[in-house]
This record gives sequence, C-alpha cells and structure tokens, in this order.
Amino acid sequence: MLKPAEFYQRDREWHPPALTPDYKTSVSRSPQYALISLQGSPSEITGPVFGQNDIDPVDNDLIKNYAQPGEGPIGERIILHGRVLDENGRPVPGTLVELWQANAGGRYRHKKDTYLAPIDLNFGGCGRTLTDENGYYYFRTVKPGAYPWRNWVNSWRPAHIHMSIFGSGFAQRLITQCYFEGDPLIHKCPIVNTIPDPDAIDQLIARLDMNATIPLDSIAYKFDIVLRGRRSTLFENRLEGN
Amino acid sequence: MPQELNYLKETPSQTAGPYVHIGLAPGAAGFDIYKQELGWDIAGPNAKGERIRVEGVVVDGTGSPVKDVLLEAWQANSEGVFAHPEDSRDVENGFRGWGRVITDFETGEWGFDTVKPGASPARGGTLAAPHINLWVVARGINVGLNTRLYFDDEPEANAKDAVLNLIEWEKRRATLIAKRSERDGKVLYRFDIKIQGEDETVFFDI
Ligand SMILES: [Fe+2]
Repeated sequence: MLKPAEFYQRDREWHPPALTPDYKTSVSRSPQYALISLQGSPSEITGPVFGQNDIDPVDNDLIKNYAQPGEGPIGERIILHGRVLDENGRPVPGTLVELWQANAGGRYRHKKDTYLAPIDLNFGGCGRTLTDENGYYYFRTVKPGAYPWRNWVNSWRPAHIHMSIFGSGFAQRLITQCYFEGDPLIHKCPIVNTIPDPDAIDQLIARLDMNATIPLDSIAYKFDIVLRGRRSTLFENRLEGN
Repeated sequence: MPQELNYLKETPSQTAGPYVHIGLAPGAAGFDIYKQELGWDIAGPNAKGERIRVEGVVVDGTGSPVKDVLLEAWQANSEGVFAHPEDSRDVENGFRGWGRVITDFETGEWGFDTVKPGASPARGGTLAAPHINLWVVARGINVGLNTRLYFDDEPEANAKDAVLNLIEWEKRRATLIAKRSERDGKVLYRFDIKIQGEDETVFFDI
C-alpha cells in the first residue's frame, strides 16, 4: 500500500526570518531559540477539510457581500484570480482561500483601526472561497488603498490583500499578502522587505491580466499561490518507513 | 547547464497583521458578514471523550500579553483519529478537530472548548502522546509559529513521546505541558505561550 508522505522541507531562506528589526513589531515577537525541526507525522500531514457547506456562494464577491441592496463599494473594481498549486506544480483542489483588505481609501472595518479615511458602508473587506478541481479561485472586490502605519513616522503600506490558505495538511498552512504590479510603495515597505530574496518578493506581486479583465466592468489581476509540495509515494519516503 | 528541476517555490509568508480578525473571525473585528464563521466548534456535539477547556495567554519578549494574536488548533479525537481522508478511521459526526481562537482585546486571554485528544499515530508505527497542534499568527510574526500542547496528567505517554524527546534541553520540554485544574466542575488546562525570552516556548519547523 502506498501511503502519502511528508511535505518538502520549508525553505526558511525564502521566507522572512523571525527577527526583522526594520519591521519593529517583530523585535519582541520573534523567538530567539532555533525552531526544532520535525519530520512529518500525521499531526502535520493532515489538516482540516472544508466543503461547500462551510461557505456561501456570495462569499467570494466583496462588491456584493456587505453592500446594501442596489448599492456597492466605492473604488476600482477588480477581479483577483489565480491558481493554488504545490511545489510540484500540481493544482491544490478544494482548498479554502480566505482574504481580507482595507477599502479603497485604505481603511479597515475593524474596531482597532482608527485611520481618518472613512469606513465604506457597502464594504466589509473579507471574502472566502474553495478552489475548484483545477486549483482555480477568483474573487471580485475593489482595489484597496495604501494606508499609513506606525513603524517609522512616515511608513505607508502598499496596496495589499491579506490571504490565508490551508492546503491538505497543517504543515502547508500559510498566510501571506498580495501586492499589485507597479506600486512604488512596495519596495519601500519594511514588511515587504522582511523577505530577503528579491525573487521571493516578486512572487507576491500580482500582475495585471488583460485577458481576464471584463470589458467595461473590472480590471483583473492574476495571483498564483504555491503551497509546499509532497514527496512522491516512493517506498523509501513512506512515513512509516525507517 | 544541467537540466532544470522545475519545482515551484512556496509562496513566501507575510505577517497576518493587526487586522487578521476581519478575514478569519469578522465577528471579533466588530461586524457580521458570514452566515457562519469557521472554527468555533472544534469537537462538535457527538464527540466522545473528556470535555475540556484550554486557556492561556501569548506573551511577548517584554512579558506583555499579545492582544492581537490568532491561534488555530488541530487535533485528533479522543481515540487518536484525525478528521482527514488520509486517516482511514472514522471520527464522530461533526468532529472536525480544527478551531480558531482569538483573544480578549483588553487582556490577551484566550480559551477554547474541545475534547481531550487520544494518543495518535506517529512516525515508524509508534504513538504520539495526546497533544494539540497549535499555530500562532499575529502582527510582528513573519511566519506563523507552530507548537504543540501536551497534558500534564499524561506523564508516561509524554516520557515516551518522540517529539518531546527530540528537544535536547529537558527543561524546555516543560514549556509544552499544559497544567490541569478544575473550575466549576469543568476540566481546565492552562497553556501560556512565551514567544521570546525566559522560558521561551518551543516552536517547531514542521
Ligand atoms: Fe493590511
């Protein structure tokens, strides 16, 4: 019997390190001891499973999912779409993708956000969907605005959408942020720059996708997400094997 | 040039930021949007085993509570079975084994209700001591932190657990052991997580 095996080791040099002093909050929230590396076991290679019963079809439409009837949020209408793949290039079907973002003025609907840009009465700012059998997902939303934050006196976040992805195992769990091609704030951002490798930063920048743009309606951006891949089911890689 | 391997690179992680609740627990951010939020009921109504509550606080390197943290829990049921297609055994109807936990914004205290997991399969045909896998994200945490919660009333199983034994420094193992007590007749485990500093919790690269 061939059993699925563990995930490829996470490339910790591709991800940001824990301690990134230019992103000040990380200084007191970064472990000082080394992480203990574990080989995969069922605790790591399994994870929660979600189905269509967990979500609502409108959940991926941020233009509609909090709007008053007949109204909609202010801002640039966009489609954000792409595929969830693993490191082997295989689609990850049926996985939960959740996102959250500021409104077009850069304000979050959160009781802790006090930025002076106004709340948009017709915009909640969160959505979720399951990838289809090809790993494909899409959202409709408005492009978020840049906003200031307390790091240096004059720090601004580039326009971004926060994304949360599950995969099939708890070891694939990932939260990241999607940026937009051409934004001059991207490379000035201390949070973006926690990532040491410029190619890894590029992987977080969604591209304008004219082919997916809906004429006279919405501009599209394409953002593919890659989760950790798994070893093939070769017997020498079996979880049980030793 | 030798052949290309053509693997893709994993999408790099970024901090969940201070407003993670909007996406993952909008009720906590202060608004209702979804018909149902996910992750508030870990065990479901039909789960067998002992009902427990787990409480704690996440503390930063200055000793202050981290008030904007979000945790996720992943565990087996009381018989050590994960609610996942790769575990060939069945779980009780409604048992998911996964939950989302947010803090009180004023105190940083968090808590969740579940059932105590059983010993679950580990590598090489062995059993892992009962444990709950935890994933911790917050502003200032660039890559989510993975840890495990074990139970102080399982000393024999803990002593044999391969993951606990992998931690070279015995005194650090204690950071993963939750302490049992009772409150109003209910079983309570306390599990504080120290991100940095003295008695720093053991975190895993899984
Ligand atoms: Fe943000």
